Amino acid sequence: MMLRVANLHVGYGSINAVRGIDLQMNQGELVCLIGANGAGKTTTLKALAGMLLPTQGSITLWDQPITTLASHQRVQHGIALAPEGRGIFARLSVRENLLLGAYLRDDHHAVELDLQQMYALFPRLSERTRQIAGTLSGGEQQMLAIARALMSRPSLLLLDEPSMGLAPIMVQKIFTTIRAIAAQGMTILLVEQNAKLALQISQRAYVMENGRITLSGVAAALLANPQVQQAYLGG
Amino acid sequence: MDIFSQQLINGLVLGSIYALIALGYTMVYGILGLINFAHGEITMFGAMVSLAILHALLLHTGLPTAMIFALALLGAIGFCMALGFSIERVAYRPLRNAPRLAPLITAIGMSIVLQNTAMLIWGKKFLSFPDIIPIQRYQIAGANITNLQVAIIVLAIVLMLGLWTLIQRSRLGRAMRATAQSPELAALMGINPNRIISATFMLGAALAAIAGIMVNAYYGPAHYTMGFMLGLKAFTAAVLGGIGNIAGAMLGGLVLGLIESFGAGYISQLSGGFMGSNYQSVFAFTVLIIILVFRPSGLLGERVGERV
Repeated sequence: MMLRVANLHVGYGSINAVRGIDLQMNQGELVCLIGANGAGKTTTLKALAGMLLPTQGSITLWDQPITTLASHQRVQHGIALAPEGRGIFARLSVRENLLLGAYLRDDHHAVELDLQQMYALFPRLSERTRQIAGTLSGGEQQMLAIARALMSRPSLLLLDEPSMGLAPIMVQKIFTTIRAIAAQGMTILLVEQNAKLALQISQRAYVMENGRITLSGVAAALLANPQVQQAYLGG
Repeated sequence: MDIFSQQLINGLVLGSIYALIALGYTMVYGILGLINFAHGEITMFGAMVSLAILHALLLHTGLPTAMIFALALLGAIGFCMALGFSIERVAYRPLRNAPRLAPLITAIGMSIVLQNTAMLIWGKKFLSFPDIIPIQRYQIAGANITNLQVAIIVLAIVLMLGLWTLIQRSRLGRAMRATAQSPELAALMGINPNRIISATFMLGAALAAIAGIMVNAYYGPAHYTMGFMLGLKAFTAAVLGGIGNIAGAMLGGLVLGLIESFGAGYISQLSGGFMGSNYQSVFAFTVLIIILVFRPSGLLGERVGERV
């Protein structure tokens, strides 16, 4: 077991956004976490990335407890998050954003090779290496956030709402790329509101409701589950 | 003697010094949104510590003067970097999430503490820079220029270019700019924001130490209160250029130095001898008021340039 989350509680002040969830991931899996707005999906990811500290429960990565580590320490343990919305450095160039993803690495040659790989994975970015990231389109910014997360060579990639606010054609593009990244063996936890798309590309899935996990299982099975269909797939 | 070219060179020297100090204000503001009012006192400590080292070594060792000067410079820089680091740890970090007024008041308190500490150590006397720099004078375009003036301007330019390169090109600089935009996001890259904040304070303090030595060597005696006015002027320069903006601090420093210098040079003529060059500071603060009223974002503005 690569990632093991047990009885995780996370709150903002007096609000308990996540109320005791259990979640496991194996290496190389693409798992999605779906649910309505405000169900606690993003909060869960933030807790995994160390942006929020849990009030209760534990997170273990490769049998090592990381529950109390700060975000910058979790990067060292191999966790990378592509945050939701415009989680990029808007005033820095595309290239600088990518180099920041590799901040902890000192294998300069390999970093340069990885940069070229990212440009191959996202050709749109290669045309804009010197451009200020804030001037990119929403889809390009999302690509940049994912590419930047990959630059740290993570063992666990966390993706927060990669489809948010994007045109359908761009969403298709992003999801095709996510699938390609997963096919190369990357372990990915995908948080998505677009449940249908997320379930289609994932192997397993968790459904969150009001801070708790209400359903989990093989993604294809959930896709066919009438309960899920009614609640998240528009009937 | 030509007043114009003379005041131009005087203004450039003064402006270089203001710019070096202003960079410390603007870098800390860029990253924390805090005005570090103790920064002027760091400049004062730079002057004081270098003097202490100079006097001790000149008196007790037979080392060559150039080496003594280098040791004093490095000693003052090292001391001030440690001071800048400590100030942030002791006075600002515990208040990181407090309302903005709290760290501002603490900054003023820190400034008073440092002034009085210096007074207890070095007393209330004016301390002169020892006579170790052989001054040479040149006549260029009707102005009297000394080798010390040239050295100050050249060193300031080298330091500013170095800082600019560091911020734009290096890994540390990238991390500083990232942290200035969002500490949370920077942490997701594996950057420890606290270390970057410490580094920023230390970098600003190193520049302030050098500026303090320049003031002492060029303008005259060091005193435990010297940091107050210097800090205020450099703060004005930072606001003039656009607080938080690195290039703005450099430009603001130079422009303010020139305004003060030309103002002081010509005011006597313009007022028919009624006002003298002792009105120099009036120009600086008039500029501050005009900027705050008409263009609070400064000459370059915060949005245009790179915040650190």
